[in-house]
Amino acid sequence: MALLNFERKYRVRGGTLIGGDLFDFWVGPFYVGFFGVTTVFFSVLGTLLILWGAALGPTWNPWTINIAPPDLSYGLALAPMREGGLWQIITICAIGAFGSWALRQVEISRKLGMGLHIPFAFSVAIFAYITLVVIRPLLLGAWGHGFPYGIFSHLDWVSNVGYQYLHFHYNPAHMLAVSFFFITTFALSLHGGVILSACNPKPGETVRNAEHENTFFRDFISYSIGALGIHRLGLFLALSAGFWSAVCIVISGPFWTRGWPEWWNWWLDLPIWR
Amino acid sequence: MNIVYWAAAALFGGLGAFMVFTAGWEFPPMEAEQIGYRGVAMEQVTNPRILEKIEARNQVPEVGYQPEPGGPRASEVYENVQVLGDLSEDQFNTLMVNITQWVSPDEGCAYCHNEENMAEEGMYTKTVARRMLQMNAAINKEWQDHVKDTGVTCYTCHRGQPVPSEVWFRNSSPVMAGGRLGVETLGQNVAATPVGYTSLPFDPFSDYLSGTDPIRVIPEHALARPGGASIQQTEKTYGLMMHFSGSLGVNCTYCHNSRAFVGWSQSPPARATAWYGIQMVRDVNGKYIVPLTPVFPANRLGPHGDVAKVNCATCHQGVNKPLLGAQMLKDYPELNAVKVSD
Repeated sequence: MALLNFERKYRVRGGTLIGGDLFDFWVGPFYVGFFGVTTVFFSVLGTLLILWGAALGPTWNPWTINIAPPDLSYGLALAPMREGGLWQIITICAIGAFGSWALRQVEISRKLGMGLHIPFAFSVAIFAYITLVVIRPLLLGAWGHGFPYGIFSHLDWVSNVGYQYLHFHYNPAHMLAVSFFFITTFALSLHGGVILSACNPKPGETVRNAEHENTFFRDFISYSIGALGIHRLGLFLALSAGFWSAVCIVISGPFWTRGWPEWWNWWLDLPIWR
Repeated sequence: MNIVYWAAAALFGGLGAFMVFTAGWEFPPMEAEQIGYRGVAMEQVTNPRILEKIEARNQVPEVGYQPEPGGPRASEVYENVQVLGDLSEDQFNTLMVNITQWVSPDEGCAYCHNEENMAEEGMYTKTVARRMLQMNAAINKEWQDHVKDTGVTCYTCHRGQPVPSEVWFRNSSPVMAGGRLGVETLGQNVAATPVGYTSLPFDPFSDYLSGTDPIRVIPEHALARPGGASIQQTEKTYGLMMHFSGSLGVNCTYCHNSRAFVGWSQSPPARATAWYGIQMVRDVNGKYIVPLTPVFPANRLGPHGDVAKVNCATCHQGVNKPLLGAQMLKDYPELNAVKVSD
C-alpha cells in the first residue's frame, strides 16, 4: 500500500501507555502498539470461540447462529462450555478487544496531540455493552441475564426483556435514550444537509462559507450553533443516546421489577392533585 | 461554549435528580425465575420484599373443626335445603359456619338468613349464595383444565368480604380529578388500574370476559391486509393482557414468547392454562353471574345497571396461583357435594 504523502507526519514515536517502544511500530498503514496486539489476540480468540459455538449448534445459518448465556441456575458461577461457558469467555474476549481498541485510540490520540474525545466516545459504547452483559447480570445475580450472541436471538432477547416490563416505552430512561437517538439523527441530517448544499453549489457558483451556513440556520430555526459547536452538540447527543440506553436497561430489573407504566404513578400521586 | 457545557450539566443533573428522587424505585437483590431456553429472556424478575407483602395477603385461613359425614342428612333435618341436602347435619352446619367466616364474618348468618326462620327465602343474598355454591362446584367439576385439582372455594374470591374486592362493572367513563376538561376519553387514555396504568382502553372486560369477542388480533401473514384487527381492537386486547399480568403478578413472558405472541408452539404451557381461564370466566359470568342481575338490589349494581362480574383478579389477587396454590378445597370436600341443578 502506497504511503500517502501526508501520512508520514502522522507516524509519531512515543505516547504509548504501556510497553514503551516495544510495540511502537506500524504494519503497513496500521499502528500496532501493545493494545493492537491485545486487540488482535482477543478478537481472534473470541471469533474462533464464536465459530466453535456455531459448530456445536444446530445451524450455520448466520441469522440463527446462537451462543446463549448460561441458565440462571448457574448464578454468577462459571458454566460448562457447551452450556453458556462459551458465552462467558466470548464476553471476556469482547470486553478485552473493545477495551484494547479504546486504549489504542488513546495512544494514537497522544501521538497526534489530540484530545481524548474519540476514545471517550467509544468508551460510552463499551460502557453500554458492559452494562448489558456484566453490570446488570451482576446486579441481578446471574450471568444468564446477559443477552445471547446471535442476530435473531439477541433481537428475541430485546423483545422479551421489553415485555418483562409490560411496555418498555414507558421506561423513562428509554424515553430519553430514544429521544437522543432521534435528535442525533435529526441534528446530523440538518448538519449534513447544510454542508452538502454549501459544498455543492450550482455550476458557475462558488462554494459557500460558514457565515452562509449560519445565516441559513438563523433564518430557518432562529439559531445557529456554529461550525465547531455542531460537532460538540453532535458528540453530546450521540453519547447521551448511548448513556441513557445503558441506564434504561440497568434500571429494568435491578431497580424496578414491575411494569414500566406503573412507574409513572408518582405523577398521579403528586400531592397537588392526588 | 461554557454555556453549552453548563446547560448540558444542568440538563443531566436535573433529569438525574428528577428520576432518582421520584417515588417507588426498588433495589437489588432480586429473584429471578427462568421460563424458556437460556438467554431468551423469558423470565420473571421479582422483588422478594414486595413479594412478601403480596404473599401475606394470600394466606389460607386455618382449618377448623372436621365434621362427621355420618348421621341424618341435612335435607331430613332442616327445611328448604335445596343444594346441600346430601350433606350430613354436622357437615351442613360446619359449612354454614365456614361460609360465614369466608364471606360475611362481620354480618354473620343474618347476611343471608332471616334469623327468626333460617329456611325462609326472600333475602337476595341467600339466592345469590345458593347460586354461588353451584357455581363453585361447577368450576371444580367442569373447569379442571384451569383450576386443576386445587379447585376453588368461596374464600378464593371472597377473602372475608361479602363482595369480593376484585370485581368489575361496565365502565365507559371514569370520574376524573378536576373534571373532564372537555376531553373525551373514548374509553381510553387515562392511567387506568385495570390495564396496568397504561393509556389502553380501560374496560376490556365487557367485550372479552362477559362478551365473547375474539381476543386474538395478530394476523397469520406478514403486513397488514384489509379485514384484519383494528388498532382499537388491538389496544383492547393489550389492555386485557395488562389485566392478566397485573392480576397474576407476572409479565408477558409468563405465557408468551414475545417474538411470536400468537404461536402456541413457542408459548410456555401457562398460556394454555390461561386460555382455559378465559373460557371459564366467560362461562362463569355468562351462566352464573349475569343471570343473577335482577336478583340484586340497585345499590349493588354498577353505573350501567350491570352486576359485579368476575375477571382474573377476582381469584388470583396478584399471584399466579390463587392463594399461592394452597390446596384449600381438600379440607372442605362438602363444597363439591353441592347439587348443580343444570
